[in-house]
Amino acid sequence: MTFFSWLSMGGYAAYVWPAFGIVFSVLAYNGVNAYRNYRAILKQLRLSYETSHAPHS
Amino acid sequence: MSLWTLWYRLTSPKDFTYVASACIPWLTVSCLLCLAYGLFASLYLAPADYQQGDAFRIIYVHVPCAFVSLLIYGALTIAALTSLVWRVKLANVFVDAAAPTGAALTLLALVTGSLWGKPMWGTWWIWDARLTSELLLLFIYCGIMALKNAFPDKRQGNVFKNTFVLIGSVNLPIIHYSVAWWNTLHQGSTFKLLGPSKIAPAMSQPLTVMLLAFCLYAALVILLNMRNAVLLECHRARWVGTWLTKRDS
Amino acid sequence: MHPIRKQRLLFISLFMLAIALAIALALYALKQNINVFYSPSQLFTAKVSLKQTLRVGGLVEKGSVKHNTIDNQVQFTITDYHHDVIIYYTGLLPDLFREGQGIVAEGHVRANGTFQATEVLAKHDENYMPPPVAEMLAKNTESAHA
Repeated sequence: MTFFSWLSMGGYAAYVWPAFGIVFSVLAYNGVNAYRNYRAILKQLRLSYETSHAPHS
Repeated sequence: MSLWTLWYRLTSPKDFTYVASACIPWLTVSCLLCLAYGLFASLYLAPADYQQGDAFRIIYVHVPCAFVSLLIYGALTIAALTSLVWRVKLANVFVDAAAPTGAALTLLALVTGSLWGKPMWGTWWIWDARLTSELLLLFIYCGIMALKNAFPDKRQGNVFKNTFVLIGSVNLPIIHYSVAWWNTLHQGSTFKLLGPSKIAPAMSQPLTVMLLAFCLYAALVILLNMRNAVLLECHRARWVGTWLTKRDS
Repeated sequence: MHPIRKQRLLFISLFMLAIALAIALALYALKQNINVFYSPSQLFTAKVSLKQTLRVGGLVEKGSVKHNTIDNQVQFTITDYHHDVIIYYTGLLPDLFREGQGIVAEGHVRANGTFQATEVLAKHDENYMPPPVAEMLAKNTESAHA
């Protein structure tokens, strides 16, 4: 099987690749977004602890 | 420690944050590994179908999306019941965190199903019982998301939202049995709880890996969202400071 | 369990039971409307008007497909092993259309009891296997019948 015959997906490339593409872009976006929110929250928390000077331990 | 105290502790914001933070790296790695192998297996290793050719490969994203969209709703139902009866606060956090993931997977199940239906059935969409009930699931998920901040009184809002989740759960058996109860264009269930499944082993093995990958993905994203919500909610609490220092050191 | 929680659980259970029952009754009453197509037997007993657009579904009978090359019309018979319907259709057939395949046709019933389709959809089943396995299975069933 050559690379190009694999890409053509037996003539169904126009359906198979978009299906996989859409699924993995949405999943990646959701995952990365959740992680980026986490980083933003951490940043905010650090900032508030530094400015409040309150000892927390 | 009894199982009950363990459960009680795990649902406290503090212990949840610690446990979730310990799980998240492992979940990330195992999810990515499963996805990598699953993709390779579904697009290359699996043989083409005797009738549908390579178009059948859409099953490897369609079925996991649909399955996990139902699985998440099942979990939402249990969480809603837990919140209503035992007033476990973390259950509400779970409902808010899991609904968007469930909605995304439902939408993806519908879109991939459409992309599969066009070349095989000859149509993008048909109002048959399976497709319509899955579309209804998407609307229910959207309803739950809309109810997140709809009430000024948080407690009252949660009761309303959880009741809505419980009512929506009636749709789950309808989705699952729609292909058995009515004439539908959608085919019947490939996997049977009892009896052999109707897919060749070389084709079902990649599907199993993809199902596992999607379950891990859902667990990962829901845990991330829940931890975000807990940290935002408890940002004034003492333990957050301790947790942050430990994390940064 | 705490009595208040027990009471809540009982209340929720009754509430869910009532909702499930209401929806089950509604779905039962709407049974025929939820079916996306009539089987040939259902079509045989149902009272349908000639103007009504509806769908009929069944297996394409072996050897019944006739292509008319002049006006591109296809004629074939679908069956559920109890009743048959002859279908006329002009247009592109889906990739999966073949003899023995389940199909769903949309259109209307003609005065002579045949069916004029405006759209033909293929209904595939829940079995998935690679071509060599399918060939082997077909051989086995042939030898079993012989």
